[in-house]
Amino acid sequence: MFAVVQFPGSNDDRDARFALKSVLGAAAELVWHQRAELPPGTAAVLLPGGFSYGDYLRCGAMAQYSPVMAAVKRFAEAGGPVLGVCNGFQVLCESGLLPGALVRNHHLHFVCSFVTVRVEQAAAPFLSRARPGQLLRLPVKHGEGAYFAPPAQLAQLVESRQIVLRYCEPDGSVTAAANPNGAAANIAGVRNARGNVMGLMPHPEHAVEPAIGGTDGLVLLGSLVDAVSRRGASA
Amino acid sequence: MTRPPEPKVDAALAAAHGLTPEEWQNILAILGRPPSFCELGIFSVMWSEHCSYKSSKKYLRRLPSRGEHVLQGPGENAGCVSIGDGLAVVFKIESHNHPSFIEPRQGAATGVGGILRDIFTMGARPIASLDSLRFGPLEDPKHRYLLHGVVEGIGGYGNSVGVATVGGETTFHECYRGNIVVNAFNLGLVREEGLFLAKAAGLGNPVLYVGSKTGRDGIHGASLLASAEFDETSQSKRPTVQVGDPFTEKCLIEACLEAMATGGIVGIQDMGAAGLTCSSFEMASNAGTGIELDLDRVPQRETNMTPYELLLSESQERMLLVAAAGQEGRLAEIFHRWGLEAVVVGRVTDDGRMRIRFQGQHVVDIPVDPIAKSSPELDRPVREPADLRERQKLDLASVAPEADLPGALAALLDSPNLGSKAWIYRQYDQLVQGNTVLGPGGDAALVRVKLEDGTPTQKGLALAVDCNPRWCWLDPYTGTLAAVAEAARKVACTGARPLALTNCLNFGNPEKPEIMWEFAEATRGLADAASALGTPVVSGNVSFYNETSGRAIHPTPTIAVVGLLEPWERHATSHFSAPGRAIVLLGRTREELGGSEWLALRRGLETGHPPAVDLDHERRLSGLLQAGVAAGLVQSAHDVARGGLAVALARCAIAGAARIGAEISLADAIRPDALLFGESTGRVIVTSARPEELLAKAREAGVPAQRIGSTGGARLRIGPPAGAAWIDAALAELHAIWSRAIPRRLEAA
Repeated sequence: MFAVVQFPGSNDDRDARFALKSVLGAAAELVWHQRAELPPGTAAVLLPGGFSYGDYLRCGAMAQYSPVMAAVKRFAEAGGPVLGVCNGFQVLCESGLLPGALVRNHHLHFVCSFVTVRVEQAAAPFLSRARPGQLLRLPVKHGEGAYFAPPAQLAQLVESRQIVLRYCEPDGSVTAAANPNGAAANIAGVRNARGNVMGLMPHPEHAVEPAIGGTDGLVLLGSLVDAVSRRGASA
Repeated sequence: MTRPPEPKVDAALAAAHGLTPEEWQNILAILGRPPSFCELGIFSVMWSEHCSYKSSKKYLRRLPSRGEHVLQGPGENAGCVSIGDGLAVVFKIESHNHPSFIEPRQGAATGVGGILRDIFTMGARPIASLDSLRFGPLEDPKHRYLLHGVVEGIGGYGNSVGVATVGGETTFHECYRGNIVVNAFNLGLVREEGLFLAKAAGLGNPVLYVGSKTGRDGIHGASLLASAEFDETSQSKRPTVQVGDPFTEKCLIEACLEAMATGGIVGIQDMGAAGLTCSSFEMASNAGTGIELDLDRVPQRETNMTPYELLLSESQERMLLVAAAGQEGRLAEIFHRWGLEAVVVGRVTDDGRMRIRFQGQHVVDIPVDPIAKSSPELDRPVREPADLRERQKLDLASVAPEADLPGALAALLDSPNLGSKAWIYRQYDQLVQGNTVLGPGGDAALVRVKLEDGTPTQKGLALAVDCNPRWCWLDPYTGTLAAVAEAARKVACTGARPLALTNCLNFGNPEKPEIMWEFAEATRGLADAASALGTPVVSGNVSFYNETSGRAIHPTPTIAVVGLLEPWERHATSHFSAPGRAIVLLGRTREELGGSEWLALRRGLETGHPPAVDLDHERRLSGLLQAGVAAGLVQSAHDVARGGLAVALARCAIAGAARIGAEISLADAIRPDALLFGESTGRVIVTSARPEELLAKAREAGVPAQRIGSTGGARLRIGPPAGAAWIDAALAELHAIWSRAIPRRLEAA
């Protein structure tokens, strides 16, 4: 079962549940931020996009103190898969579950548009359905989505193969022009060293139907559903 | 701490509140005594132009508002139209012009917040927003600042509350230099049986205040800011602009929808213009009841607020609701869970009076109906503007023919009115809720309908907003016909059937007979077009006093049309969708250059008659588009509007993700500049994989149709059947010009 965490101010929570449940046929349920425990049977956690607590202090900064986040941390430490999308990515960085930070877009504007990202690590649990180097067309929509990490940490991320997705041209080349927000090294998504926590700025849940945003988001969410059913089978 | 004494209430103070001497006498007659200071404040907002519609009522009554699908017409927070299978849509468009001019970010943001509350107040989940924006020239740094601020305000609020902004329009003109126009539209989805009205029914039922705390912001926003002209001192009215908090609004949406689902709410109304005052009077008046309020219980975020301030504050994100007796605790628990205030502040009475207590004393004790219902109705004088005939004069023979047709196309694509608006809509979340089939940048937006539990349906909603203010200035009647026809045509271009419309009528000072004449003519056009096209007017808003130092904006009756498409998968795109398709022009091109963008841009003339509007033709054209899309005969359809055929063809070619060229041959025997850039109404460029069948269907429907070329390649070539092309341009070049029109002007500074 997928736990889709609902903070006050989450906006894409219902869309994430729709993608998992109605499109992929997986069990998924919204989990209120005040809950101190994840529901029994939780096999993966998704932190959705939106503006948790209004993003007033700093994007994702308040959410880390929600009761549910303590439970999410325990779940991640036990090896459970956790995916953060957009604001969820910001929450994971603020919580220390992922390295780096997300800062204001370099052009200072909110940006909503479809981008191409290149899969750098085609591995379970998040991208087992992808080929290495596969290009995915996904939408971004954020004002503070520029990934930042100090140079030494960036080098470390490359070394430990934690950079999962990079913004690129439709032909796969990684250029400054293809970078929608000024992210360091065109980083669109990263994972933790253990590989069970991932965050990304693009929205896979908004690319799950052929005539509404395309279906490239299913590569990601479908991989996670595969991982969950494997976890279920082995449990 | 003691408060300063209240000012003495007399005719002079009433005048300072914007009340006329007649209105002051009327108040004395209703009460049989002079009003208290609070009561005077209440009369001044309830009888302000903004809240009472006193200048416009007479005309609004003539608008057709009934139809087989209409569940709720004007008079409530928004209109409601059935879309079948027990589902309905609630929608409205509203202005926030003056606040946005004074403080663009907060002004526009609270405009979005206000229209959203109008929608979810009725029990509907807001699913899509549009906006219609008018600024002065971008060469003016003030208007670059205003554009930045308004777009940030709309995005900042709309994005945060999780409602997609799926379309809109933005134009620029000298007449908006002293008074911009910011109109916000929202549409929500509701089950027919889940519709809520603003009614304070049920003797003894508790009245709850929910949402944010009350502060001193926005006092007299409705009466002083929205109901008077601007002048040099207007910036001093900045404290009358409210400040929005989208996070609270998002929580309020979720809490209200959850509370409504319990069945414990009898009536609900948002505290918008004139705040607590307007909402309580409207709810009592609608139910024929009275209300007792205790102001000491109102949650306050500032200390020592006076009863006058509490009653007139326009603090945002607040609602007033009447609960079924005994349900208040259960409802309050829901609001508290979402971190919101929820306090019983009064109860419903049966004596038709509004009694308001503060620190144990009655500060207001007045009858509800004479204030809410018997507000003044004016029959203001009307006079045709003395220079109207002069405006309409245009002798085409004396207008030099365009010597550089490719140059004219480039100039038009480079103009802010016709250039790409991507700089604006990229700042809006167009996708949240996951239903956006066609987003901004085309003719109409198309949004798939999903049930509250997430079940997708076959229903799609097409939404378009439109107005050509220059045409309305040249001829407000024809201009308004054209606005309705074009908004409906854009909706039909997706394949959808136009169902109903909402409108925001932005005009100058109604005390001037010439402005009232424009208003009378525009509403006459609105009534005629809405009847002829079968799209009743289900909601709307009037915004007068859009002038600064005596200079009025062009009449700007913004029209938004909502249509239904089922199944939504079968729809047409606005841009060319594949190479090798036949291009067919529906409708007829006449030698009409009056009021066109070409004439303004290339000849510096804003004169002539706007193009004629043939409503019978529009109806046949709309039917043909719907049938054509349904039968799979139409793959793309784009309305020919500002900039004429050449600009429309260029947009078809360059606006899609993949650019697709075209080769066009036009045989009409009229001057080439009129053929390429004239703005004859009732025309649509369609592409078809089965053109013969489409042409046969058009003949049957009585719609003029001609095959004018085919799609393919990387160039746009337009010419006569024989001889040299008029225009032969690379798409990459056209795209570069069009896409840079707005950004390059914002970067220059």
